[in-house]
Amino acid sequence: MTLSDFLILGAVLFGLSVAGIFINRKNVIILLMAIELMLLAVNMNFIAFSHFLGDISGQVFVFFILTVAAAESAIGLAILVVLFRNRHTINVEELDSMKG
Amino acid sequence: MSFEKLVFYTFAAILVYAATRVITVRNPVHAALHLVLAFFTSAALWLLLEAEFLAITLVLVYVGAVMVLFLFVVMMLDINLVSLKEGFMRYLPVGLGVAALMLIEMILVVRSKAFDAASMPVPVRHAADYSNTRELGGVLYTDYVYPFEIASVILVVAIIAAIALTLRKRGESKTQNPAEQVKVRREDRVRLVKMATEQPERADSGEHS
Repeated sequence: MTLSDFLILGAVLFGLSVAGIFINRKNVIILLMAIELMLLAVNMNFIAFSHFLGDISGQVFVFFILTVAAAESAIGLAILVVLFRNRHTINVEELDSMKG
Repeated sequence: MSFEKLVFYTFAAILVYAATRVITVRNPVHAALHLVLAFFTSAALWLLLEAEFLAITLVLVYVGAVMVLFLFVVMMLDINLVSLKEGFMRYLPVGLGVAALMLIEMILVVRSKAFDAASMPVPVRHAADYSNTRELGGVLYTDYVYPFEIASVILVVAIIAAIALTLRKRGESKTQNPAEQVKVRREDRVRLVKMATEQPERADSGEHS
């Protein structure tokens, strides 16, 4: 398998998660999962390039992406819990109280 | 077809299946479990790319921590599943259209000559005693030590932010106030009284004098 095989796999994953954001645009939990899937696709590309170029820096970058992604999902889920506690819904369509 | 190719295509197929299920299933718990499957299969693919440390980190951090967090949140929230799936068929065409467009664009870029087997040959496998973790640590704690510190600060910020967001004052919960505890003086706690010495009575010997 060549580098482009891995890159195409990453592209397919990224496309699927973009479609997931469009399809599940009401459910915030699935939206967060689609973002995680996107980050996974990006990490796949980083590691494939790191392997084929023989450069370890790509793996260091994936390490940092994993760190930031864990922080992001922790804060995102905390916001989600607070949101549900206040509004009793996670439907994006009903979160329009700031709409003029 | 070599064994590596077989492994790659098998895991790639499982990965694409799991990702498709993540975005299409109705129940968020099933979506989270399929996402776990996706993380496991990509960890296997990363092992194929000789990124052993990150593959294990992916399983430990993502499957062990982040997805458990997702499952906990799904469990805590009482969600009306029917209303959340209403626009599914309505947004399906535009979602698939945008995704297909992006996919075609990216494949057009990726299939170019710069990434094919001639210009990017498959590197030779490392020896059996090669340690990916040692290599990564050697770079991480020297060249990337400042980003590493910043990453740890980001994690601390995330911990504090998540706790501060979800903490709520409830009437029945008992908390301590450190400022009050620090500024307390002896007079607030102990009261010295002067009184005459009392003699124990002979009748009730059970009591202390």
